[in-house]
Amino acid sequence: MSVQTLPAQESVEFSPALVSFIEEWKDKPGNLIMVLHRLQEEFGYLPRAAVIKMSQMIDVPLAKIYGVITFYHFFKLNRPGKFNIQVCLGTACYLKGGQDIIQELENLLGIGVNQVTDDGLFSVEAVRCVGCCGLAPVAVVGGEVFGKVDPEKLPEILAKFKGV
Amino acid sequence: MALNNYCLVCGGTGCESSKSDDIYKKLKEHAEKAGISNQVQIVKTGCFGFCEKGPIVKILPDESFYVEVKPSDAEKIVSEHLVKGRPVKELLYKTADDIAAKSEADIKFYQKQVRIVLRNCGIIDPENVQEYIARDGYAALEKVLFEMTPEKVIDELKKSGLRGRGGAGFPTWLKWTNTRATPADQRYVICNADEGDPGAYMDRSTLEGDPHSVLEAMTIAGFAMGATKGFIYIRAEYPLAIHRLEVAMKQSREMGLLGKNILGSGVEFDIEIRLGAGAFVCGEETALMQSIEGKRGMPVPKPPFPSVSGLWGKPTSINNVETFANVPVIILKGGDWFASIGTATSKGTKVFALTGAINNSGLVEVPMGTTLREIVYDIGGGIKGGKAFKAVQSGGPSGGVLSTEFLDTPIDYESLTKLGSMMGSGGLIVMSEDDCIVDVVRFYLEFSVEESCGKCAPCRIGGRKLLNLVEKVTKGTATLADIDTMKQISFAMQRASLCMLGGTTPNPVLSTLKYFEKEYMAHIIDKKCPAGKCKDLVTYSIDKEKCIGCTVCARKCPQGCITGERKQPHEIDQSKCIKCGACFDACKFGAVLVS
Ligand SMILES: Cc1cc2nc3c(=O)[nH]c(=O)nc-3n(C[C@H](O)[C@H](O)[C@H](O)COP(=O)(O)O)c2cc1C
Ligand code: SF4
Ligand code: FES
Ligand code: FES
Repeated sequence: MSVQTLPAQESVEFSPALVSFIEEWKDKPGNLIMVLHRLQEEFGYLPRAAVIKMSQMIDVPLAKIYGVITFYHFFKLNRPGKFNIQVCLGTACYLKGGQDIIQELENLLGIGVNQVTDDGLFSVEAVRCVGCCGLAPVAVVGGEVFGKVDPEKLPEILAKFKGV
Repeated sequence: MALNNYCLVCGGTGCESSKSDDIYKKLKEHAEKAGISNQVQIVKTGCFGFCEKGPIVKILPDESFYVEVKPSDAEKIVSEHLVKGRPVKELLYKTADDIAAKSEADIKFYQKQVRIVLRNCGIIDPENVQEYIARDGYAALEKVLFEMTPEKVIDELKKSGLRGRGGAGFPTWLKWTNTRATPADQRYVICNADEGDPGAYMDRSTLEGDPHSVLEAMTIAGFAMGATKGFIYIRAEYPLAIHRLEVAMKQSREMGLLGKNILGSGVEFDIEIRLGAGAFVCGEETALMQSIEGKRGMPVPKPPFPSVSGLWGKPTSINNVETFANVPVIILKGGDWFASIGTATSKGTKVFALTGAINNSGLVEVPMGTTLREIVYDIGGGIKGGKAFKAVQSGGPSGGVLSTEFLDTPIDYESLTKLGSMMGSGGLIVMSEDDCIVDVVRFYLEFSVEESCGKCAPCRIGGRKLLNLVEKVTKGTATLADIDTMKQISFAMQRASLCMLGGTTPNPVLSTLKYFEKEYMAHIIDKKCPAGKCKDLVTYSIDKEKCIGCTVCARKCPQGCITGERKQPHEIDQSKCIKCGACFDACKFGAVLVS
């Protein structure tokens, strides 16, 4: 299969661990999604230059790769904030006011869903069921799970991360 | 020195998010300080089910069940209970009569539950294969490999009456038989751990609390069908479950429980993990296999069924996590034993994630045939805040909504389907008078529309149309003719969609039109939302008689549209009000009116 050789706009470095992961998976059937996961783990999102480089390494056309990336919600094409805020909008959280959390975050940070604050510190994302519905409504900030979130407590939660 | 106590700390996602890891570390620290670390074993387990009251800590052998434990309680648990043998009274669960429960047996939440799938959750350390083995783990595999033929294994499943827990309820033995019967050089076993229903986490908890049970069952499936390779397709959003599976697979390989020559029997089987990437439709079996193949996860028409032509065109059997978790027990205790639990057509138990407007939300496992009333009132402890029960929803976005008159329905595949709902994978969402049925339907439709893969027109276009119409209802602009259109679109989608995502999208609409017609009429004819949820139909105003002018509402209003002097009745500027309800929540005097 011939591979598109678009010039990368910016050069990217792959860590040795990432390179060896790609090498290991290169010839396994159905490797694409697993490699994309690993790439996103490395960069926090899927930078175009990195995808181009990977496309050459695993010998899969760029068009096919972007077809796959855009099909799945989990893959991000833009850099998220340093602390990504995932607000659960699964059924349990929706019923208990998950939407109010999104609304309050918009008031506090001035950004809506899938946006990043100007200082790059926070981004907001709506997700579906984090798996602790007993604690609805739930928000995950920078990987830390907060349960029974009261929108009024959000400034306190955010302050904790601003200081870091 | 012999162990005096076991101390089990819940390491499920719910409890971990309320600092159970700190509790675990603090317990270890204090046990060390008290010089008793060689007399007590402190273990992090999977979910106990009672997530509402988490974090949970349980002490064996006396079975004290501590709820809502904080890291700062660790010292007391060690100094009082573990050293002096005196349970910490204030941490015990209080029953309705305010009596401290001595153990789980005194807690109503557990009394009607029967644990087969969750047999090890909250009991063993999921990262230690020895603990699984100590509770008969891998005994079923050994029995299968050395005492049974593949036919005998399938026969036992047939006797058990086990049906798929992923939603459709297809007999497991038949799926395995068909896959085995297709001639091929390679066959595959897939475990569906995609769990896409938003608001359900049964499979997650099973994998986090007892990963080996699924590995063991998949290996048994491989033996029964002549497959040497298995895949677990799991959501990337479940990092803890993925981690525990990886640990478990490593241990199994080291012990010769997975690999080329399992337990010296000459049988080969190994498993690989493949990650999903946040597409609900990938829970559908044909889409899931496309995704494992590294493609966009779009369903393909059946037949051919996966048992004939599945992953990479090879015969494949795909089963849900919970279905698998039942298998080792069936092999050990026999199909007849399993078939003695449940109803005529639905055998065994079902795990539900009970959430919503309920007092005890959590993970519950009940025998098939248990009624919704028993689940909502006996196990769930009734509706939160003493509100009135309105509805219970099962089956997630593909399921239906049932009203009060069906509370005595015994739960099994057939009765739920007959009522226009479905068993689904196990989400059970309870709604109270404060929840608007039309708004909930809108929520599910929005979900299905967003998750439609777009391959076929009935789902892609019909779903969007349905959503538009339901939105009209929530805005008070719908007409009675729109209801007829909704029914027509639903009918077409059910018949013409390529996969069951499109085929079941109308279920929430149709079941609510049937059982909650009044609520639609209130929106359409009276232009009112009885629950006060649909913002376009609500106005907030201030009762001049009741308002004492405390100014709390004015300070809470994000729009600044409430005005009034201190100690004088206030007023809301309707042109600026965004109907967020902050004033209503803030007023302590009941002076904010919703209409
Ligand atoms: C849209 C859609 C989503 C599904 N999601 C899941 C899921 O998350 N987990 C699951 O086990 N089955 C899911 N299923 C059912 C699977 O297609 C399949 O029937 C099931 O995994 C078979 O396993 P079982 O026989 O053990 O139930 C879904 C089906 C559809 C149509
Ligand atoms: S019914 Fe919906 S999800 Fe299924 S194939 Fe058609 S468009 Fe895709
Ligand atoms: S619905 Fe939010 S955690 Fe499950
Ligand atoms: S997560 Fe601890 S009880 Fe469910």
